[in-house]
Amino acid sequence: MNGAADMGGMDGFGPVVQERNEPVFHAGWEGVSFALNMVTGVARLWNLDAFRFKRESIPPPEYVNLSYYGLWTRTLELMMLEYGVATPAEIEAGRAIAPFKKAPRAVTAAECADMVRCGSPYNRPAPSPALFKVGDKVRAKNMHPKAHTRLPRYVRGHVGEVVRIVGCHVFPDSNASNLGEDPHWLYTVRFDGRELWGEQSDPTVRVCIEAWEPYLEPV
Amino acid sequence: MNGPQDLGGMDGFGPVEPEPNEPVFHDDWEKRAFALTLAMGMPGGWNIDQSRFARENRSPAEYWSMSYYQIWFAALERMLKERALVTDDEVVAGHSLHKPKPVPRVLSPGDVLKVLHRGGPTERPTNTKPAFKPGNAVRAKNINPPTHTRLPRYVRGHVGTVDRVIGFHVFPDSNATGAGENPQWLYTVRFEGRELWGPDGDPTSQVSVDAWESYLTPAD
Amino acid sequence: MQLRTRALQTILTEKGYIEQAAIDELIETYEKKIGPRNGAQVVAKAWTDPKFRKWLFEDGTAAIGSLGFGGRSGNHLVALENTPHVHNMVVCTLCSCYPWAVLGLPPLWYKSAPYRSRTVADPRGVLRDFGVALPKDTEIRVWDSTAELRYMVVPMRPAGTDGWTEDKLVELVTRDSMIGTGFAKSPKDLR
Repeated sequence: MNGAADMGGMDGFGPVVQERNEPVFHAGWEGVSFALNMVTGVARLWNLDAFRFKRESIPPPEYVNLSYYGLWTRTLELMMLEYGVATPAEIEAGRAIAPFKKAPRAVTAAECADMVRCGSPYNRPAPSPALFKVGDKVRAKNMHPKAHTRLPRYVRGHVGEVVRIVGCHVFPDSNASNLGEDPHWLYTVRFDGRELWGEQSDPTVRVCIEAWEPYLEPV
Repeated sequence: MNGPQDLGGMDGFGPVEPEPNEPVFHDDWEKRAFALTLAMGMPGGWNIDQSRFARENRSPAEYWSMSYYQIWFAALERMLKERALVTDDEVVAGHSLHKPKPVPRVLSPGDVLKVLHRGGPTERPTNTKPAFKPGNAVRAKNINPPTHTRLPRYVRGHVGTVDRVIGFHVFPDSNATGAGENPQWLYTVRFEGRELWGPDGDPTSQVSVDAWESYLTPAD
Repeated sequence: MQLRTRALQTILTEKGYIEQAAIDELIETYEKKIGPRNGAQVVAKAWTDPKFRKWLFEDGTAAIGSLGFGGRSGNHLVALENTPHVHNMVVCTLCSCYPWAVLGLPPLWYKSAPYRSRTVADPRGVLRDFGVALPKDTEIRVWDSTAELRYMVVPMRPAGTDGWTEDKLVELVTRDSMIGTGFAKSPKDLR
């Protein structure tokens, strides 16, 4: 979707503001928000792509006015509601309301430590050979899916060069809507800044993105 | 600028919600915000392109949280302060504290109807000829000016057809920065829905924009 | 937001989805254990060990893995080389993807709209916000982390550090230099 999250190239947000000696979490609840989202991932309640899609779907006025972890908490609320983990009444009350179905099991600290140590690799066996090779000129498609995508608006329609074949990875556009992992070849594509921003822009800039094969067409 | 006003093609704002029996103004302050903006145009000495830029030139966090007339009012306040017609301390106090800056004219009640009737025509005389004619294929340039423009992001780089040569008009990109009217030929350009939104776009939809000549190049 | 977060924590705990110890473990890990010092060690080694450096640029995941770093947001790591002619910057315009395994959690500015929106379009302007100026013909490569690849920048080794040990070099490597919004410190910055 062309939501508020797709910020590349937007004006008006002002300068980058740094905070001296910024703590990792500004308040205890931020750490809790962070941890709850990691844990629900380990619990496999939903996948990460679906979570990102939900976050992007937050209406733009709300999205840009929530703090970073405010966004995480808000998204978590929406996911818990959508996936039947909590009812609106429970969210309002701030506790479980009987009768409710108990979880099959609880995520342990050890499992979380494992997740941090091992991560979750996204590469999968390739269903077919890669279409593109390093050096190929490709055009990012002018696609405007209503659901989740990782192709930012600012590259669509523009021509770049394949600089790396990353591998065959879970395809977020499909996974986010629970339509299956549908792995596709993933490439790093480099664009000239002037291709993206026009002839008057800085000639020394290059922008690289990762793009799955369905995002690209040969030139 | 690629600001919060450039909304064409953005998702997430929800359904259109018409209000039954919507009043012209929802509140008393809205009436005054509207009238003040129009009444200050002449004494303020700004042009409409500058006032549009004053509206859009703010953070999306602000713009998307403000109502229509809140944005008008915020822009009015900024333009008044920029021109030292009103100062910060006067806004806080809620009344005049300093000697008023002289202005060439103010709007009298008797002139209101006449001024509204005259409007703000933007057509200017010229001896030049338009570069394009109806039927020409043109491409909207990929320009990304940090200041005011009327070329929305969603058409940039796309190919459309000139439908009409509108006339020779004040160029907003220039006028908004105070660099002068610099009028140009203005065209209506029509784009196919699929050209703009991709092969999954509605094949029956077309979108037209009015584009100044410097926004366009001949399409190959 | 504090109340709303606690509400969700209570619900998930009461329904048996999570153990409180898991929450505490995660907060502790990212507050205290995983941070930019990891990446600084990677960079210091790359500065002093040419074989490691070559390996790091060829297979970042394996190279950092040899130092015990990896896992979450580090399964697919790519190291980017800054040179006198090329300066790299990392961003995630769509959300906040960041190489947690080597840098810990990102600072707020990295996750906020000004950085996300401007870096791909005007990297020099963003660098000015950091007080950084590059020669006008330096090529600036911006990497928008749209998939699972996570990037870290290997800044140039500062002058006047010949013969320095890795432990001493680690002190020069700043977090910002590994994102691309700054340079490594010079020896005089340490004094």
